[in-house]
Amino acid sequence: MTEARTMTINMGPQHPSTHGVLRLVLELDGEVVVRCTPHIGYLHTGMEKIAESKRYQQVIPITDRMDYLAPLSNNLAYVLAVEKLMGIEVPPRAKVIRVMMTELTRIGSHLVWLGTHAIDIGAMSVFLYAFREREQILDMYEQVSGARMMSSYFRVGGLFADLPERFEETVRSFVTSFPDRLAEYEDLLTANPIWIQRTKGVGVIKPEDAVDLGMSGPNLRACGVPWDIRKSHPYSGYEQYNFEISRGTHGDVYDRYLCRVFEMRQSIAIVRQALERLPDGPIAVADPKVTPPPKPMVKKSMEALIHHFLLWSEGFRTPVGEVYQSIESPKGEFGVYLVSDGSNIPYRVHFRAPSFVNLQALPRMAEGRLVADVVAIIGSIDIVLGEVDR
Amino acid sequence: MDDLKQANAEENLTVWKLRERFPDAILSTKSFRSEITIVVKPSEISRVCRHLKEEPELRYDFLSDLTAVDRLREHPRFEVVYHLYSLQFKRRVRLKVLVEEGEAVPSVTQVWRTADWHEREVYDMFGVGVEGHPDLRRILMPEDWEGHPLRKDYPVQASPKWWEEGGER
Repeated sequence: MTEARTMTINMGPQHPSTHGVLRLVLELDGEVVVRCTPHIGYLHTGMEKIAESKRYQQVIPITDRMDYLAPLSNNLAYVLAVEKLMGIEVPPRAKVIRVMMTELTRIGSHLVWLGTHAIDIGAMSVFLYAFREREQILDMYEQVSGARMMSSYFRVGGLFADLPERFEETVRSFVTSFPDRLAEYEDLLTANPIWIQRTKGVGVIKPEDAVDLGMSGPNLRACGVPWDIRKSHPYSGYEQYNFEISRGTHGDVYDRYLCRVFEMRQSIAIVRQALERLPDGPIAVADPKVTPPPKPMVKKSMEALIHHFLLWSEGFRTPVGEVYQSIESPKGEFGVYLVSDGSNIPYRVHFRAPSFVNLQALPRMAEGRLVADVVAIIGSIDIVLGEVDR
Repeated sequence: MDDLKQANAEENLTVWKLRERFPDAILSTKSFRSEITIVVKPSEISRVCRHLKEEPELRYDFLSDLTAVDRLREHPRFEVVYHLYSLQFKRRVRLKVLVEEGEAVPSVTQVWRTADWHEREVYDMFGVGVEGHPDLRRILMPEDWEGHPLRKDYPVQASPKWWEEGGER
């Protein structure tokens, strides 16, 4: 008799509120979700397999396409892993620019999350505002790398190119105007009774469950676990910046919202500090085995020509070994596990995608709630299917 | 260099604690770029993990990552790799289990529930069985897919003809 009472429906893979191609099989008792089973893999592109046939530098564009809302975070994790494997220390200017760009990326990623999450719950206008500001960040990507989304700006050993002229002014004007914009979003949402009704007490997860399920990033911090890899294992010089870790208490959709808004403010603070301390100097290590020689040199020096040729035809070799490097991406712990057999091609690359792990907690949060809450909860986990499926 | 020293000291603690508790389960240890790798006997992995998680001086309460590596032509063929993290002590450690093709590793889902999807991915991509997993089925590839894409003898690109001929092994 119980079977007759429940109904099984399919949500996705083509459903706007699943943020891509996520498919959920929902077993419903009336409006209440009894069981929620996620089915993933619709966007599986075999990135880890492809990486096993590419030279180390060629893997960078692949990483862009995982969390395509935060391409530079993925780049950073990968290049840091290769640098750790090779024992390379990048110059200070490159480090500061990396921090500045990844924090702008964090803001850009959180803006897409905010816009789409709000539109899922019915607050249309936030989406338009959030995308207006994100456009400025995409313009900055374009200025530094030539591409608006798949920027691949970081390289093993440093950066693809130095910042263009007057770029600092662009960033400065953004960090000046953005806090007011953020206050506008908060005006629309933070105290909005409908927003509160739809988010407070919804999709609650306890801190011990969140840790058990491997959740990380704002999702974990919203439960009150103050773990941020930028603080616990600083990389790229994060230990020199003053910023605070977001922290929630209830672990519900509303606290996840507050945490991410707080993080955007902190990111602005970090970008400001990066602008202040931006040192002059080289943007990549001087090692010709890793960094291509300047173009004019290639035409004059035989050695430079050889290095140039070798780098583009063979790449570089890495020592035999294995490393795991993780960073605090906008979604959580983004880890790269790299195994080298000493050749110019990675033997194995594994990406620990935060969205993949965070999504696993969805049934835990959604079961026992209403169907409409499932939409709010998916939005609050902030998944990118490109990263879930890789 | 400070990092290195610290890591070696930690190696002593975690490895030493494990050796004390499981004298026969630890097959070898290694340190590279101040990261510790401990190779564990397959049959003991679940017990070792539980101990690492619950021992008050270690508290590896967070399973960051679980994956596998195919060492084709080596024996045992597969390495299943566990990246553990301690939120309290901010430490990382890597565990490894070596299994031959056709052998299964014991599941650690009883220790960390997050292992569920990771182990399904390892099964899907490498065909390494997981014993005691509550719901072991493919996760990324379609259910009726043949083969395991991340195995080294699985081609990155192959023509339909390659498949018709049963694949060149």
